[in-house]
Amino acid sequence: MYEGVVQDLIDELGRLPGVGPKGAQRIAFHLLAADPADVRRLVAAITEVKERVHFCRVCGNVAQDEECRICRDPRRDVTVLCVVEEPKDVVAIERTREFRGRYHVLGGAISPIEGVGPDDLRVRELMTRLADGVVTELILATDPNLEGEATATYLARLVKPMGLTVTRLASGLPVGGDLEYADEVTLGRAFEGRRLIDV
Amino acid sequence: MSLYRDQGVVLRTQKLGEADRIVSLLTREHGRVRAVAKGVRRTRSRFGARLEPFMHVDLQLYEGRSLDVVTQAETVASYGAAIAGHYPRYTAATVMVETAERFTSEERQPAMQQYLLLVGALRTLVEGERVPEMVLDAFLLRSLAVAGYAPSFADCARCGEPGPHASFGVSHGGALCASCRVPGVATPAPDTLLLLAALLSGEWAVAEGVEVRHRREGSGLVAAYLQWHLERGLRSLPLVERA
Ligand SMILES: [Zn+2]
Repeated sequence: MYEGVVQDLIDELGRLPGVGPKGAQRIAFHLLAADPADVRRLVAAITEVKERVHFCRVCGNVAQDEECRICRDPRRDVTVLCVVEEPKDVVAIERTREFRGRYHVLGGAISPIEGVGPDDLRVRELMTRLADGVVTELILATDPNLEGEATATYLARLVKPMGLTVTRLASGLPVGGDLEYADEVTLGRAFEGRRLIDV
Repeated sequence: MSLYRDQGVVLRTQKLGEADRIVSLLTREHGRVRAVAKGVRRTRSRFGARLEPFMHVDLQLYEGRSLDVVTQAETVASYGAAIAGHYPRYTAATVMVETAERFTSEERQPAMQQYLLLVGALRTLVEGERVPEMVLDAFLLRSLAVAGYAPSFADCARCGEPGPHASFGVSHGGALCASCRVPGVATPAPDTLLLLAALLSGEWAVAEGVEVRHRREGSGLVAAYLQWHLERGLRSLPLVERA
């Protein structure tokens, strides 16, 4: 244990995701030794993000205004909606430059063991968005892990009566990896998730 | 520190640092074990999807001071995809793993019967011939029995008077005869108790012959009985999808 404020800082850092007690201590001492101007910039960035950044009222992505940059962009295709778990997934998909539609951020995956059910995610908001019939294709881009697959299963069944085209990313096979090195479960999933290719 | 080998079912996983996970497993020989799977969240991880919940794996582990480390994992049976692809199975299977975890609260205490029950229930669930809710209730009743809390559905749980009896006392161990019954206990339909007795003993033909409307009442009694014997409620149980 350290004296008062140093220990307070270590405790606060230790509450961050992915930071253990040792990591918290390391970051705390890094900050103590750092240039005061650097630390002030960090503090300002944290304060600023809490004050200025909200969640988009349409899609749930992070936004500096009521609506995010993507929802406000008139060039985006409004007929295709891509469902993701977290705002960081929007960033990852935007980086591919493959997708020109819009997003819906659920805020996580259905995980009953953590007490997270459909009502704890932005599922009702998704159904409201789909109700006017403008969206014709729904891409379920939840994580390629068990909770993500189960969430996609739940959503696919839920929207089935709406007659949309529902697609799932062919997941798991790492680009550049050899097929023979893929584990059997991942390979199986990629097969199941295969899409028709027009030639 | 030493290496050991065992089979196990993944109960739950938890993110650790940048790319690792802590995997909670129910093993055949070593009871419940928590182990670190290093790099498992990277796309190119050699573990791939083998250490996801519900997977039945053959493992090699390195014994650590607080947490063990998974060094190898081979698939014995892959239940994950068939469970994640079917929502009622997913919610039922989650209650199963959470229950198994709670009934093995002490780590590294061998719990072979609980392990065999879990493997059997997951297999039955994935085979798809039985209703997920019934597979779940059968598993819960048998887990309670393995833990020493087998409810009585026929003879009076207090005095042993041969049944059937009309009352069921969740906090009294099961059916209660007319002289042992106390105010406030449940009075389920006779067929509901018949259903639960059949699920506990594995008489599927009898269980499936009971009218569907009794299943919900039966599930309610099982849930109440389970909650009574666990200190805290299960988080996943209210999220089970009921037909
Ligand atoms: Zn938006």
